[in-house]
Amino acid sequence: MSVDTATVAKIASLARIKVSDAELAAMVPELNGILAWVEQLGEVDVTGIEPMTAVIPNAQRLRADVVNADPLTGGGIRDAVLANAPAPEHGFFGVPKVIE
Amino acid sequence: MSKTETALTDLGIAAIRDGVASGDFTATEVASAFNAAVEQAQDALNAFIVTTPDNALAAAARVDADRAAGKPLGKLAGVPIGMKDLFATQGVQTSAASKILEGFRPPYESTVSARLWEAGAGMLGKLNLDQFAMGSSNETSAFGNVISPWRRPGDTAPLAPGGSSGGSAAAVAARIAPAATGTDTGGSIRQPAAFTGISGIKPTYGRCSRWGIVAFASSLDQAGPMARDVRDCAIMLEAMAGFDPKDSTSLDLPVPEWTASLDADMRGKKVGIPREYRLDGMDADVAKSWDDGIAWLKDAGAEIVDISLPHTSYALPTYYIIAPAEASSNLARYDGVRYGLRDLPEGAGLQDMYAATRAAGFGPEVKRRILIGTYVLSAGFYDAYYTQAQKVRTLIARDFARAFEQVDVILAPTAPSSAFALGEKSDDPLAMYLNDVFSVPASLAGLPAMSVPAGLDRNGLPLGLQVIGRAFDEQGVLNASLALESRAAFTARPEKWW
Repeated sequence: MSVDTATVAKIASLARIKVSDAELAAMVPELNGILAWVEQLGEVDVTGIEPMTAVIPNAQRLRADVVNADPLTGGGIRDAVLANAPAPEHGFFGVPKVIE
Repeated sequence: MSKTETALTDLGIAAIRDGVASGDFTATEVASAFNAAVEQAQDALNAFIVTTPDNALAAAARVDADRAAGKPLGKLAGVPIGMKDLFATQGVQTSAASKILEGFRPPYESTVSARLWEAGAGMLGKLNLDQFAMGSSNETSAFGNVISPWRRPGDTAPLAPGGSSGGSAAAVAARIAPAATGTDTGGSIRQPAAFTGISGIKPTYGRCSRWGIVAFASSLDQAGPMARDVRDCAIMLEAMAGFDPKDSTSLDLPVPEWTASLDADMRGKKVGIPREYRLDGMDADVAKSWDDGIAWLKDAGAEIVDISLPHTSYALPTYYIIAPAEASSNLARYDGVRYGLRDLPEGAGLQDMYAATRAAGFGPEVKRRILIGTYVLSAGFYDAYYTQAQKVRTLIARDFARAFEQVDVILAPTAPSSAFALGEKSDDPLAMYLNDVFSVPASLAGLPAMSVPAGLDRNGLPLGLQVIGRAFDEQGVLNASLALESRAAFTARPEKWW
């Protein structure tokens, strides 16, 4: 399978990355080179093989249902959460107006 | 630099810790010596993105005070280290070598770095790396290339320190840090260690908590130590490893006393030599160093066994589907809303802000991988690429499981060549990806693997040997690596030009 300019533009849009026409033109052969190379996986016989889900078997854990059991990941730290925000407003993350 | 300072910067973890404990010198003297070495090398090597000399001195002062008060000292008491700039450090810029995270000061500390400070280490600074750990030469950093302290004899051409932990490798090799943290997704500890003549171990997936490490490919990312020798790596790994409930894939197992159990006697051990790793057209010096390694382990008493890992050639393409797929998902969080860069063009809406921010904040290799990942996960292609790759990953892990029914460890080269020149491969993504050919399979299988220096090639540059072990058997990996280290007797170091 190979990609054309329209497909790469679509992928970039899905990935929310703005690309110029010149960047698009450069990316098409690069991505096709990589995709042609990974295509060789298609020749591997995977009949009856399950896809890997966990590389080292591990049971899913649940934490105790306690508020702020770990203060580091608990609540009540609004200022710390907002400290790195590019445009905090009134204790919230500020974003451009959204009208849909 | 005074004579004493030079002597202190020649010391590794064990020597510094023991010297501080016995009062031969103070932790403050050690921190000052390394701070001076860091500052002096920074313009030439660009190993650090941020230096934190005050942090190193403050940690040293605490150790000196504890010693004076007769308090027990930690495993790394008085050892100043470099921290790869992928670990969140409270109040200190954590950029992942990207523009999108420039200026980001985490309000929290990663689990691994917190454990290291708890053990008495101090921080010299945040080390440069490939942007978001994506690269094998440290050429994708938004903060400039790291220059290897190594040069070819009679040649001043700048060489790659390897990647992605290129700043870590350069700093340890140049003796401006006795040790550094690294992270390894497909070889990012082992390949730079090999390129710079130092040691580094990627432990079993889950040994070191991923909490607070900027995520690249979460099913592969593992932290590990990079240091002067095997013993220093064992000491540092003991401090880094351990169960962390904040990481859902953290191993809930006790941390073994790897250092106390180090033993280079390989009698009764079987070492597998995977025939698929002997590639057509393999570099003659790399092939010879592999043969040397086989002879050294035989000399240590091991039995050498020819083994097969039939799906080896599919490991790289598998990796270059799975890692970008996970990266495209992980890096979706960088959107200009909660932290990091925001690019808001005049009159732009939310979607345009996302796209402009990510266009301005990510470098070309990061974009390339996000796009590949987005494509292989997109409707219509998911099964053909991603599911197929996860099935092949199962087969690759099974190859190793079968091999470890016959052998205790596997010996292979770390990388297909010694360090290449900066710019030599940066225009060809595929040529760069091929650097990981020997390191990626163990990553896909989650296995512990270590690189130790084996010798110099015809260009006078270091070559590494890689030991891969069973899951959870870091001890077996460290022991075989120690057997190699003691026979390789690698004492070469870069001649100081910086």
